[in-house]
Amino acid sequence: MRIIKNRIRKGVVTKSIDMGFLANAEIETMGVELKKIIHERFSRSFHIREVDTGSCGACESEIIATTNPIYDIQRFGINFVASPRHADCLLVTGPVSKNMAVALKKTYEAMPEPKFVITLGNCAYDGGIFKDAYYTESGVASILPVTFHIPGCPPKPIDIIKAILTFLKKG
Amino acid sequence: MDYKAALKEINEKMNLEFSILHLSEDEVYLLASPDDFKNICLALHKLLHAPVASFFAQDARKEKGAFKIYCSFMSAKYKKWFFVVTEIPQDNPKFDSLAKEIYSASLFEREIKEMFGIEPIGNPDLRRLRLHDEIWPNDVYPLRKDFKVPELNNVSGVYCFNKVEGEGIFEIPVGPVHAGIIGPGHFRFSSVGEPIINLEIRLGFTHRGIEKFFEGKNAGDALRICECVSGDASFAHSLSYAMAIEKISGIKVLDDTRLMRAVFLELERMYNHINDIGGMAVDVGFSFPAAFASIVKENILQLNEKITGSRYLRNINCIGGITMAWDKDKTQILRDSLKKIYKDFDEIKKILLSSVSFMDRADGTGILKKKTAEDMGITGLAGRASGIAVDLRKDFPGIYGEVNFNLIKQATGDCLGRLFMRISEFEDSIKLIRQFLDKLETHRSDAPPHKSTGLTVEDRRVRDPLISGIRPQAAAQSNSDIKEGFALGYVESWRGPVLYWVKLDKAGAIERCKIVDASFLNWQGLSFCVLGDIIPDFPLCNKSFDLSYSGNDL
Ligand code: SF4
Repeated sequence: MRIIKNRIRKGVVTKSIDMGFLANAEIETMGVELKKIIHERFSRSFHIREVDTGSCGACESEIIATTNPIYDIQRFGINFVASPRHADCLLVTGPVSKNMAVALKKTYEAMPEPKFVITLGNCAYDGGIFKDAYYTESGVASILPVTFHIPGCPPKPIDIIKAILTFLKKG
Repeated sequence: MDYKAALKEINEKMNLEFSILHLSEDEVYLLASPDDFKNICLALHKLLHAPVASFFAQDARKEKGAFKIYCSFMSAKYKKWFFVVTEIPQDNPKFDSLAKEIYSASLFEREIKEMFGIEPIGNPDLRRLRLHDEIWPNDVYPLRKDFKVPELNNVSGVYCFNKVEGEGIFEIPVGPVHAGIIGPGHFRFSSVGEPIINLEIRLGFTHRGIEKFFEGKNAGDALRICECVSGDASFAHSLSYAMAIEKISGIKVLDDTRLMRAVFLELERMYNHINDIGGMAVDVGFSFPAAFASIVKENILQLNEKITGSRYLRNINCIGGITMAWDKDKTQILRDSLKKIYKDFDEIKKILLSSVSFMDRADGTGILKKKTAEDMGITGLAGRASGIAVDLRKDFPGIYGEVNFNLIKQATGDCLGRLFMRISEFEDSIKLIRQFLDKLETHRSDAPPHKSTGLTVEDRRVRDPLISGIRPQAAAQSNSDIKEGFALGYVESWRGPVLYWVKLDKAGAIERCKIVDASFLNWQGLSFCVLGDIIPDFPLCNKSFDLSYSGNDL
């Protein structure tokens, strides 16, 4: 009962963030574009599998934030999936701890073709702040072919959505 | 009886020799011979009723021809951290293990063995925690000063999991890559039918070699690394580290800085607690409050950004201060937002607690008894949920001593207990922030001059450039403030204590930095509390602890 009452009272939250100081309109216009591209190119949905190779956790937190009701990336057709076998794209964070190198490769191998890799966060690019530590590889690119990188430490949810759009637009 | 009398008693009655090596306001270092080391640790453990808080080695072969090991206990009664120190000759790197008498020492000893090659004689489990056997050769010890990165091509070790055998027992290995958007770890369940008989957690997948990475870094620059140890506790880590450096260098931190830091620490607590409350709702499939909670979390993150410019409160701490000034607008924004956040939070709380099916799942699931928790040295929120009344905010209050703050604990030690803990701590944080804001008000630049000194806040800013506006790099470049020495920094993060023991050399560079995140000991609590529960309850238990992979793996 409380839930229903709440739903009615709150309305569609994505359109009424009173506290957010983000340009909501921006998300919306971007979303429309994004949705169009995904409709055309990925027959409606674009599936991402995320792998953490030694990140500090903040990058994950921001990726999760893109799925909250405020950004709600799913409504544009982008989904995070539980298995690499369902994924079009591998999203990798972290500087690649030596312990994760094998697991990362295996995850990539388990994905069906066509597939590509996006890195997220400065760590994943070249080790970021942990560059040259004794137990990290120098970024994801030293292990897998990387198509696109989303910079930031961590990138904000809005920047993640923007970056994905830019990437998909580029082709 | 004060602590000196107590130490004297140990000295005389038990006939144990030690000398006081170093004393500071809240740290006592006892130097013992290697033979007495163990007995003094045991005596202190008994005297203080405290688990091992931190236990680590330091490579002092260059100066002393020996390794040093430090075993530390926290005493709420004496308001002190006790360190037992001994020197271990380099040609015979061994010491008597404490693990059989003090279980909480066990993981630390494994760590010392793995990182320094110093052997704890008598510890039954010496498997490595972070340097995986498949990857890293057996006899290369990264934290030794003469360490060189080895060839990794022909390493072929195997890790031995504990085996549970018998009719009908099967193993379920999970990870390191999990289904969700979450850190990596390997979980191995042994079960018969539904109930879990054994759970072994293998971590280390996010090991980056942070403690080594700190070595040689400038004290000021290293602050940025601390923020990346565990991203969801960025502020607690940077604060703990900054406190250590400030203590070493005798830098006095002004009241308004301490107040601001406390505000940020509580904001960090809030966004994480609401995240976990939502997470627990997800794990029982109750999506409405979960989505609602994620909105509140996002609101707090945006609030953080509005006030500090960083969603995760990064780049604002520096040695001796905060890189930003406080003003009236910030107070107002915070007050207004808190009001709204509280309203939403209250709604979530009511929804959750009035759902019979949710309460049924959480109640009595994943019980961690007080005795077990004490033995394992479970700290922080998880410890308090099991009835251990330890909170650094209470035991070493600092600025918290000037406001109204009560320690909260639960007795049940189950998922519901931990949920209640989060709920009450969230509410408490709001109250605390409000009180801190009231106090900050009196420190504002337009506030009347200080009673005794007659200085306005602006005057003090001019006099003391560390009050605000100095970037860490700048602060560190003027290295004159940083002194040689060692000290412990400690902060009660939202998970529990975050400890940084730092030793600086003459040039103000880091010689050794030992980090203990609350996750390190608490992971054991998770693997223990699920026993007897069914596997589908594991995610719920896991979320109720919500431990850090990266904070544990370093
Ligand atoms: S890029 Fe920054 S936020 Fe992301 S994992 Fe690395 S340190 Fe953490």
